[in-house]
Amino acid sequence: MKPVRATVTPYPDGPLIVRGDVELIAGDGAPIPRRRRTIALCRCGLSSIKPFCDGTHKAAGFRAD
Amino acid sequence: MSTTLSATPTVSSPAARGPLSRALLDAFGGGGADSRITELAQRAVAETLDVIHDDDIQLALFVLYASVYGSLPGLDPRLEWDPQLIEVRRLLEEPFESALREVVPMPPLPQPAQETVAAALFSLTSADTGPSLSRHLARKATREQALEFLIQRSIYTLREADPHSWAIPRLHGRAKAALVEIQADEYGGGRADRVHAEIFAKTMRGAGLDDRYAGYVDAVPAVTLCSLNAMSMFGVNRRLLGAIVGHLAAFEMTSSIPNRLYGEGLRRLGFGEEVTDYFDEHVEADAVHEQIAGHDLAGALAEDQPELLAGIMFGAAACVTVDGLVAAHMLESWRRGESSLRSTEVAA
Repeated sequence: MKPVRATVTPYPDGPLIVRGDVELIAGDGAPIPRRRRTIALCRCGLSSIKPFCDGTHKAAGFRAD
Repeated sequence: MSTTLSATPTVSSPAARGPLSRALLDAFGGGGADSRITELAQRAVAETLDVIHDDDIQLALFVLYASVYGSLPGLDPRLEWDPQLIEVRRLLEEPFESALREVVPMPPLPQPAQETVAAALFSLTSADTGPSLSRHLARKATREQALEFLIQRSIYTLREADPHSWAIPRLHGRAKAALVEIQADEYGGGRADRVHAEIFAKTMRGAGLDDRYAGYVDAVPAVTLCSLNAMSMFGVNRRLLGAIVGHLAAFEMTSSIPNRLYGEGLRRLGFGEEVTDYFDEHVEADAVHEQIAGHDLAGALAEDQPELLAGIMFGAAACVTVDGLVAAHMLESWRRGESSLRSTEVAA
């Protein structure tokens, strides 16, 4: 069976939603534990739990374009 | 400040709050239903001044839905589809839905296109609606108030996600896939210890509270029961499919930022990781869920079935309004120096 490729979807004025088998690695090479199947990565730079999204982009009025 | 935190949790059967809930508890407890119960329901509806804050009616609805969920012990499962009791539920749901439609400000309907609907839902849920329970918890709440908050939350959260799961078989295609994607995460993604209701049970234990479902049902006011009853009504009635989807979207969209503040508040009060884990988990989880719920679930559903759009927006607005009523009840009680819980005298 051909493995399904992982996807990264930018959501409108929101995070990058990642589905599928992707390893997250920090700048120092350490793996970032992934706690759920579908994850949201911060795109506005304001999250308190980077690299994950915490919804702060909404209060900040982040626009992707 | 008065408190009922020491009140004995009732896991056997809730205490009746009037003739209707008493008759229903008796019926489910083995007495069986008869026409008297229909009359009691009709009378309760005729006499109530406010369905949303009516203890007898809200407890009656809570028990009727508990029979469907199987969430309370001692409710005879053979009565789940008893025509008399279904009739009673219908008699109560009609005025309950009308009361919600009266009190919930209906937002303008967006075009039934996926991104337009998602944007409308994010906008609806970002409107500031007065004093914030989460900010109070973060900065000012006492330990006692934090425990009350957990008790109020436990009526839904120890069964978290269940009301919205009723929608799964009623959806198709991309909306169904989106709901299952969210619910799979709610139910722990295959790990029993990560089921969100279980994580909240750990929070209750960690705070020294009873973690059994409905352990504190006698302590919470009608408006708290109303919050769960609204979800249950939207969930179990297929005609309200749009509303349960909209409710979930709004619930997720009003979750990640408040949960960060709840976590901060509980840490400030000295609670440990076993108590804050639930709230920390939801900062990350609901930032994912709100995107899926807004775009892939509610937005896609409105585009695929435009006839559900009004229901979606109503359900979302109902979530914001009703949860706002519960939060306002807590904040106002505390401002008066009182407990937000029912006193044992009233509960008896």
